Amino acid sequence: MPTYSQQVQQRKRQDTDYFLGWLGRNLVHLILLILSLLALVPLLLILSASFTDEIALTRNGYGLLPSQFSTAAYELIFRDPSVIVRSYMVTISVTALGTAIAVLLMSMLAYALSRSEFVLRKPLSFLVFFTMLFNGGIVPYYVLMTQYLRVQDTMFALLLPYFVVAFYVLILRTYFTTLPQDLIDAARVDGAGEFRIYWSIALPLAKPALATIALFTALNYWNDWTTSLYFIRDSQLYPLQYLLYILQSNISAVQQTGAGNIPAAEIPAQTTRMAMAVLATGPAAVFFLFFQRYLVRGVTLGAFK
Amino acid sequence: MTDLSLEHNAVPPSAAPVPTWRSRLAFVQGHIFRRNLVWLLMASPALLWIIIFKYITLFGTWIAFTDYKVRRGVFGSEFVGLDNFRFLFATDTALRATRNTILLNLLFIAAGVVFSLLIAWLLFEVYSSKRTKYYQTMLLLPRFISWVVVSYFVFALLATDNGLINTFLRGAGLQPVAWYASPQYWPFILMLVSLWAGVGISSLIYLSGMLAIDTQLYDAARVDGANKWQQFRNITFPMILPLVVINLLLSMAYIMNSDFGLFFQVTRNSAALYPTTDVLDTYIYRALISTKDVSMAAAAQFYQSIVGFALVITFNWIVRRIERKDEPLSLF
Repeated sequence: MPTYSQQVQQRKRQDTDYFLGWLGRNLVHLILLILSLLALVPLLLILSASFTDEIALTRNGYGLLPSQFSTAAYELIFRDPSVIVRSYMVTISVTALGTAIAVLLMSMLAYALSRSEFVLRKPLSFLVFFTMLFNGGIVPYYVLMTQYLRVQDTMFALLLPYFVVAFYVLILRTYFTTLPQDLIDAARVDGAGEFRIYWSIALPLAKPALATIALFTALNYWNDWTTSLYFIRDSQLYPLQYLLYILQSNISAVQQTGAGNIPAAEIPAQTTRMAMAVLATGPAAVFFLFFQRYLVRGVTLGAFK
Repeated sequence: MTDLSLEHNAVPPSAAPVPTWRSRLAFVQGHIFRRNLVWLLMASPALLWIIIFKYITLFGTWIAFTDYKVRRGVFGSEFVGLDNFRFLFATDTALRATRNTILLNLLFIAAGVVFSLLIAWLLFEVYSSKRTKYYQTMLLLPRFISWVVVSYFVFALLATDNGLINTFLRGAGLQPVAWYASPQYWPFILMLVSLWAGVGISSLIYLSGMLAIDTQLYDAARVDGANKWQQFRNITFPMILPLVVINLLLSMAYIMNSDFGLFFQVTRNSAALYPTTDVLDTYIYRALISTKDVSMAAAAQFYQSIVGFALVITFNWIVRRIERKDEPLSLF
């Protein structure tokens, strides 16, 4: 089985589309261009609305271009950006810390489960794997978190959900089993302990798989708002996505962003919401796009089976 | 034993063999127990998490059979047998949620497979072009966007007073539609939104399947004068059919589950839309958070979990029957 990049090379050498004809080829490009734009345009709608004058937006409606350009919404938010800055801090710290812990925990487990001499390999793999088939769901989880662990309104509530994802563990385990055993034996002869082998040999060699898992986990944390829906009431701990959720359902929350002393009627509620969405999503989306090749690689690792 | 050790000791120290690579490896391999201990220690933090959040929570399903009171805890609450399930199925709501979950999922699965195959095929046909990279990037963009932000632009499109779609309808001299109060349109709207969010990433599965096809097959077809459509029908499609079937069956296995964000947030949790958009996950959320009837939520959850488990087992069994032995595709 050739690797993904080899397939790409092979495909590039093989000029497959010369016989599609000029017309056919351009037709395919046209359709793909339209589909790509369809993926992008809905987001432009938000961007355009955020730069529209509030009254014009109410009168003329949403459009792909602002009917009357205005930066009032952004000015309002930046008059007192503490709300969005705080949410950014919450989201960034939860994502960074959560992803680091999750990748460490999952890779240690996966490495242990990938060792053929590990006597508990089979029963423990089953223990991990069975969670993909049957789980209690949100209700027992909610009761455990709120009645027994009592982590509601703490960072723990935001961090805990994605520490271990069984499917990611399986991907990592498969990757670790492909590492050359000779290398590990050689390290043992040199006196390296098992943890040392994992840390200095297995982890560096598994970088591609780790990057993919890290990207998935970071996205899980970054885009998570349902955890807050269940467990977070303290506005100091609102992650970005949950802040956006609150803004959409609660107009008075819009007033609290920016200067609180402006009468409710004068708040450009619709455009401020959209501007918050732009500020909350834009930088992250651009940042994540740089890592999209790991997402593509995830497909070849079987991440989307 | 004694003889052996005596004989061993009888060898003068000066004659002891210099430790070779092999003998040292054998010595190290003797420490198999210690190595197992280290592996167990490495696995334990993640295992602890799994035991707490995936196995101890299983005991929580007991709530479904009790009249749960927060003060009395899970096992202190009064046992009521199947009463919660009787209440659950006494009204139409749970059955409606089941029906919506299954029908909407079927719709999404069908539309998803058609469109992701189509996009994969288009990308495959012009794969050597530089532009293909850009299409891929753009099509992947939705994967980075949360459902909350999706709900923002869906609102910009569908708002009754100033949404883009109603502006178009007015411009065309048609009656604007109160979208958030018209449940009949929502299966289609949700299908489009779910396609927007998922088709870019799922088309990559099929694209990588197509790229793995031996190009000689196409050379042969070209020599025989097969056109593009014939090549798709006779080479590309049959070659990735196993992948398609497996993906379909595995999505069927999870048909009782749904993406909470899509159904809760994109519909803005509008009660007027429940007839076509209320699914088991949103039903459970309302029972748990809005009406705070934990026992009822647990009953619905247990129902969802157990039926889901049966479906996973069934469909995995089917996958096992049809998969090629050298290319296992089933879950277990």
